[in-house]
Amino acid sequence: MNEQRFDLSRPVSELHSNERVKQDSRFLRGTLEQSLADPVTGAIDEVDTLLTKFFGIYQQDNRDVRDERRRAKLEPDYQFMVRVRLPGGVCTPAQWLALDALAREYGGGSLRLTTRQTFQFHGIRKPLLRRHIQGIKAAGLDTIAACGDDNRNVICTANPLLSPAHAQVSALAKRLSEHLLPQTGAYREIFLGQPAAVRNPGNEEPIYGDTYLPRKFKIALAVPPQNDVDLFAHDLGFIAIVRDDQVVGYNVAVGGGMGMTHKNPETFPRLSELAGFCEPNDVLAVAEQSMRIQREFGNRHERAHARFKYTIEDRGIEWFRNELETRLDRRLQAPKPFVFAATGDRFGWCQGSDGGWHYTLFVENGRLAETPDRAEGKTMVMRGLRAIAGAHQGVFALTTNQNVIIAGVAEDRKARIDALLSDFGIANQTRSTALRRHALACVAFPTCGLAMAESERYMPTLLDKLDQVIREVGLDEQRISVRMSGCPNGCSRPYLAEIGLVGKAPGKYNLYLGADASGERLNALYGENIGERQILEILQPLIRRYAAERIATEGFGDFLVRNSVVQPMLAGRDFQRVAAVR
Amino acid sequence: MEPVVIDEVRSLLARLDREQRLWLSGYLAGASRTPSVAIPQSESAPSNVVILYGSQSGNSQHLAERVNSALTQRGVMASLVDMIDCRKSHFESARTLLVIVSTHGDGDPPDRAMGLYELLHGPKAPNLAHLKYAVLALGDSSYEKFCETGRQFDQRLQSLGGQRLHGRVECDIDFEAPAQQWIETVVGLLADSGATNTLSEVVPIDRLRVIHSYSKKNPLLAPVLINQRLTASHSTKNVRHIELSLDGANLRYEPGDAIGVVVANRDSDVTRVLAILGCDPGQQLDVGPVTMSALEAFRDCYDIGQITRPFLIKYAAAVTSDELNRLCADDAGLKSYLLTHHLMDLLHQFPPKGLDAVDLLKMLRPLSPRLYSIASSQRATPDEVHLTVAVVQYRLLGSDRHGLASGYLGKAGQSGANDEAVRIYLHRNPNFRLPTDHGRPIIMIGPGTGVAPFRSFIAEREALGGKGRNWLFFGDRSFNSDFLYQSDWLAWRKSGVLSRIDVAFSRDGDEKAYVQHRMHEQGKALFAWLEEGASLYVCGDAEHMAPDVNRALLEIIAKHGGRAPDKAQEYLLELQRQRRYQRDVY
Repeated sequence: MNEQRFDLSRPVSELHSNERVKQDSRFLRGTLEQSLADPVTGAIDEVDTLLTKFFGIYQQDNRDVRDERRRAKLEPDYQFMVRVRLPGGVCTPAQWLALDALAREYGGGSLRLTTRQTFQFHGIRKPLLRRHIQGIKAAGLDTIAACGDDNRNVICTANPLLSPAHAQVSALAKRLSEHLLPQTGAYREIFLGQPAAVRNPGNEEPIYGDTYLPRKFKIALAVPPQNDVDLFAHDLGFIAIVRDDQVVGYNVAVGGGMGMTHKNPETFPRLSELAGFCEPNDVLAVAEQSMRIQREFGNRHERAHARFKYTIEDRGIEWFRNELETRLDRRLQAPKPFVFAATGDRFGWCQGSDGGWHYTLFVENGRLAETPDRAEGKTMVMRGLRAIAGAHQGVFALTTNQNVIIAGVAEDRKARIDALLSDFGIANQTRSTALRRHALACVAFPTCGLAMAESERYMPTLLDKLDQVIREVGLDEQRISVRMSGCPNGCSRPYLAEIGLVGKAPGKYNLYLGADASGERLNALYGENIGERQILEILQPLIRRYAAERIATEGFGDFLVRNSVVQPMLAGRDFQRVAAVR
Repeated sequence: MEPVVIDEVRSLLARLDREQRLWLSGYLAGASRTPSVAIPQSESAPSNVVILYGSQSGNSQHLAERVNSALTQRGVMASLVDMIDCRKSHFESARTLLVIVSTHGDGDPPDRAMGLYELLHGPKAPNLAHLKYAVLALGDSSYEKFCETGRQFDQRLQSLGGQRLHGRVECDIDFEAPAQQWIETVVGLLADSGATNTLSEVVPIDRLRVIHSYSKKNPLLAPVLINQRLTASHSTKNVRHIELSLDGANLRYEPGDAIGVVVANRDSDVTRVLAILGCDPGQQLDVGPVTMSALEAFRDCYDIGQITRPFLIKYAAAVTSDELNRLCADDAGLKSYLLTHHLMDLLHQFPPKGLDAVDLLKMLRPLSPRLYSIASSQRATPDEVHLTVAVVQYRLLGSDRHGLASGYLGKAGQSGANDEAVRIYLHRNPNFRLPTDHGRPIIMIGPGTGVAPFRSFIAEREALGGKGRNWLFFGDRSFNSDFLYQSDWLAWRKSGVLSRIDVAFSRDGDEKAYVQHRMHEQGKALFAWLEEGASLYVCGDAEHMAPDVNRALLEIIAKHGGRAPDKAQEYLLELQRQRRYQRDVY
């Protein structure tokens, strides 16, 4: 494999063109100043679009009007998606109100809760971009590394107020995010309008260097038995081992990731593997060294093969452990036993170890919208949460499943929150089946440039149809995970869904079945390139059969595997080598 | 012929456009029948007959050229002088002065007449006691100060001592017949005076009319290739890009030219007017020299939309309504009535008692074609002509109204019938021309649909491969929805043809920004371009934009050129004289 190496041992000129772009960008400055100042286009220079990603800013256009505008000799309807860095997903009510106001002022009244436990704005126009970023800064937040070839928003099992262990994990997520944060002064200079103050003259990026990482790098932390974060779906995972409410250390999992390219079997989703166990004090070093290993050995030639998961797949977990231990100058311990019960969130009220109350609110596809977009309900969720933020004294904890926890409600404040939930008609049980509550969909059309099929806008319609059969067979409260992504990159983590749908073309999806309910087994291709009618023709009888024949608490995916409807997917490398069942 | 003469003829021919060559062929055909051909005196030598024209859209210039031809035919030597080139010396040597001048906007002289206007009204005005003169005034009676510039020239020439050769003739937009009458009269007067050389044989006048080209009476039927909305669907405006086919039409245009669109009144409007008049559509009406059906007359020949002051006064006199007479006596009331009422509204409010269809037709203005600046270059797209059309739509007295021509063009080619065609002809605009030197920089200021000719300019310069730098100022309401031809400009900027582009959008920011604000911001560079020989073009709204831009230019020249206001004015006038400040405003 050494003869195929396309890593930092090679000159940048022999690597992917993005590597040169990064290296030539003067630590991500590029020509961003000029691009932002150019009033003739709503876009920024193409090279600069790669750089803004490192600052959580993603150029998009409204694809619904792309063709209309092309004929009208107007450029595409350029706009920017802006993602907040929110390690662990925690914000105060004041921050919620500030972001809600920013969404209404600059983002067309739209705000999304993402599968990486943060807020995402859409539709920000170039002339307002700086003001928007500064508004986020004024709320005590930033957008650094929310996209780009760097360490993305660090996620963890939601709600630090649930137990001391949750609090420790959440605090660690924050420290990891800070420790691995890009240091370039470009963000402050260009977006915050602060005078250039370079922290490390010569090399502004002591950890990253001037070409940053080969690709994005994602870290997740989980507190078993909850696997709300889909721990094995990320480049680097830390599984908290808890004794007497205290985290005593972490199992380290490496080399997970979702994205693939349709029909390219060299690309595949992959679950991370356990490399060992480390003490809480070693986590920062383990994370940093893991990232450095990927920085140096990751494939920088082919971006479709650049994620850490391929480095691990190609070199093996033993190589990685040795490399890591050498750099740490100590051995990892053997992984400790743990049990994951389920992915997804637990909805409604629950009580924390300190007696405080927490309400997990279902937000369909994480979408908050000021102007009604099809479902009137979305408007009410945004308004309802605004009202709750005005009255709430605890925190908001975003989940990695596009929902929000109203966390830290004192016993005597609970009724007030209930009243508000009821006033706005947004309490969970009034609206949905468990199927819908556990469904995830990425944004896709009209803003995402990668989308091949609808996702967020279509998911509710498909669920209406699946709900009919779910209600018919009395599975209203049975959690079955349905996840849809508009493209195979898999922002909604569809390859870990019991029912996974991945866009191929408008109205056409690949259907994947057979993942388990705890996020420890990938699903497998069942139907290829099929439309709604075929999707329903496949799923309706399977759901009926499941209702009739399942054993005790057996999940839908496990049921399908036990009955050989699909074969279990045991390794990511096989994911695209298995033919569709139908 | 001697080789040197042949070369001279060739070089002369090369300087003529197609129509001029056609004219020349007619001229030579007539002249060759006589052994002695009188060569018209060259423009530089003083002549005792001076034809002085002040033209904006080119009409005055065309008429002046016709006067010159007619005089030449009758053996009268004359100098043809553009007002912008007119010096005091022209008045000193002239014995007869024929003035043809149009009026623009609210009684303003054409741009190119400004310098002369100021000379005649200033302290250095010449004594004209030796001069006989005649004025042909062009105007548009829908404006309050109809033919104002012609009237002022007439009065001023008289007060400077001149004597009228012939009374002033004022022409409305249907200037053809009265202008021809004036030409024949003054040419006749000068020829009969015998004061000048005459040709031994007179070339018949119709010999000169061999020019065959499309006209409003003989329009080209141009098929619609594309009719595409340019403004986004959420825009407050409907501006359209219309491509017409010239395939096989033998119509040659230059950047800066306009297309006349011949339109008919809407059938529904015609039917309603005829119903009010109690007139059968098939009824034959005697309208002057010809007889035609009422339907034809009201649909194709007369304007039954907006009403003008002269019309209303005539109408008021005819229908004897006290209320209408009172309205006509109140100037402000009349002005606002004209703005807010169409013919139909008037006929409903004040029925045409005792008027028949012919009576009404005699008061109405003829239906005139509408002019649109060409937005394409024939070098780049040989068989096409592109127009940029803002569809005029508004509410009046509780109903939706559409501009006649723009409303028609907005829907042209949309019916799905592939034989749909628009009736057009070419309207030359010799005073809005790219520099002949393609290496010379140009600055173009064209907000709104005023940007149309600049798309033609840039396409032309791209096709020619000229090295001259091009700078565009554009403005409109909203960046997102109203940036006309945005992707064209971006492509031209990327390829380097468009060196600079500055834009202003009035409804995007907290403060309304217009092109003149961008000009001020870029004032230093703008002045530097002028100093480097740039030609400057302005196209678009005459009421607000053009004066604002002119003021901005004066301020920029004063500030960055370190000049006092009057010197800045002089600088700008000199640019005009050098044809480096040209305007096409309406």
